[in-house]
Amino acid sequence: MFFKECKRYQIPLYQCPSFLFFILGLMTIFSILASYFIGTKIIDNPLIVALICLFLALFLLILSYFATKTFEVLAETNRIKSEFIHLASHQLRTPITNLKFAIEILMSGKKGKIEPEQLEYFQILKENVLRMGDLTKDLILVSKIESGNFELKKEEFDFSELVENTIKEFSNFAKAHNVNLKYFSEKDLPKIHGDKDRIKNVIEILLDNAIKYSKKGESIVEIKVYKKNKKICFEIKDEGIGIPQKEQKHIFEKFFRASNVPKNEIPGTGLGLFIAKSIVERSGGKINLKSEEGKGTTVSFTLPLS
Amino acid sequence: MGKKILFIEDESALQKTFGDFLGKEGFELISALDGETGLKLAEKEIPDLILLDLILPKIEGIELLKKLRENPKTKDIPVIVLTNVEDFKKLQEALELGVKAYLVKTDFTLEEVLEKIKQELKE
Repeated sequence: MFFKECKRYQIPLYQCPSFLFFILGLMTIFSILASYFIGTKIIDNPLIVALICLFLALFLLILSYFATKTFEVLAETNRIKSEFIHLASHQLRTPITNLKFAIEILMSGKKGKIEPEQLEYFQILKENVLRMGDLTKDLILVSKIESGNFELKKEEFDFSELVENTIKEFSNFAKAHNVNLKYFSEKDLPKIHGDKDRIKNVIEILLDNAIKYSKKGESIVEIKVYKKNKKICFEIKDEGIGIPQKEQKHIFEKFFRASNVPKNEIPGTGLGLFIAKSIVERSGGKINLKSEEGKGTTVSFTLPLS
Repeated sequence: MGKKILFIEDESALQKTFGDFLGKEGFELISALDGETGLKLAEKEIPDLILLDLILPKIEGIELLKKLRENPKTKDIPVIVLTNVEDFKKLQEALELGVKAYLVKTDFTLEEVLEKIKQELKE
């Protein structure tokens, strides 16, 4: 029971916090009882009793020192990992942008005519470079969230307008997936304060998910924006593949993807909902998910009205 | 004569793509591969616009921007930042130093960058 976690992080038993705390607890109980017993039954000299107690306390101190030391090591490892992801994704961005701009020039035909047969391959190059770009962007965002180095702007904006514009940007993507986007918004909603770009990210993630995970064949995605209890609510409902009941509690964890996703067919990193949750919560809101496998998923989030 | 654009960017691949692209659009592109050269060229050539990367050898972008603003000869040259640094503080700093636009490379196409440049030069 103690060893499983420690084994995963390759920590030896004498440094394993859960094991050390267990021993610590036992030792504390034992030493209290022992010193009582020794003091009353065996030794009359209070000095020796005090020395024994002191010795036991010292032992406990050493144990707890090891335990906290391990926590520090774990925290440091985590920090280094985040920093590494951050650095690596930043370094990857330079070659990716070089590729992106070079492909754009070639595809523009300004460097010589491109045959239609070649164009198809250029399209593949372009799409995949964009995917790499998106992935590094997500990774940078995740490492920022994890290192606490994640700041949100405060600006006033019209939320329903933002939603409407974002939906418009997704109309071609939706058409390509045979998805019909339906949008309802309460009229004359008050403006909100927040980081417009980041909140747009959240809407994009949710729209992308709803469309991507819709079942094959014609399908509807419904988006609603309304006001409730001094909050703005956003709701998006799809008729997609859904998420198995027992996996739903993990769905906001990073890199988690549900087991019923045909992973080769639907690209994804498992970072979207983690990012969405972080942004919504840091903006003072809440995010929720309801889903039934095979029937569809509804994700909703709230944002406070200023 | 086309308008003069100074492109300060240490990636030679990007220098080539932008040089090609903007050259075809009729601009005269001067390139600098580090901050020091960039600053010298800005003072010598007085370009109509500067495209500036932030992570640069010798003098980094924000520092260079400050130096440009201190010099009466270069203080009014419009600057567009073209970078991959998506840092809130850097963005704030750059905006306070009066840059016209802050573009993240992965988010913009060449055409869109061109659009911004044209917009700036018209004003």
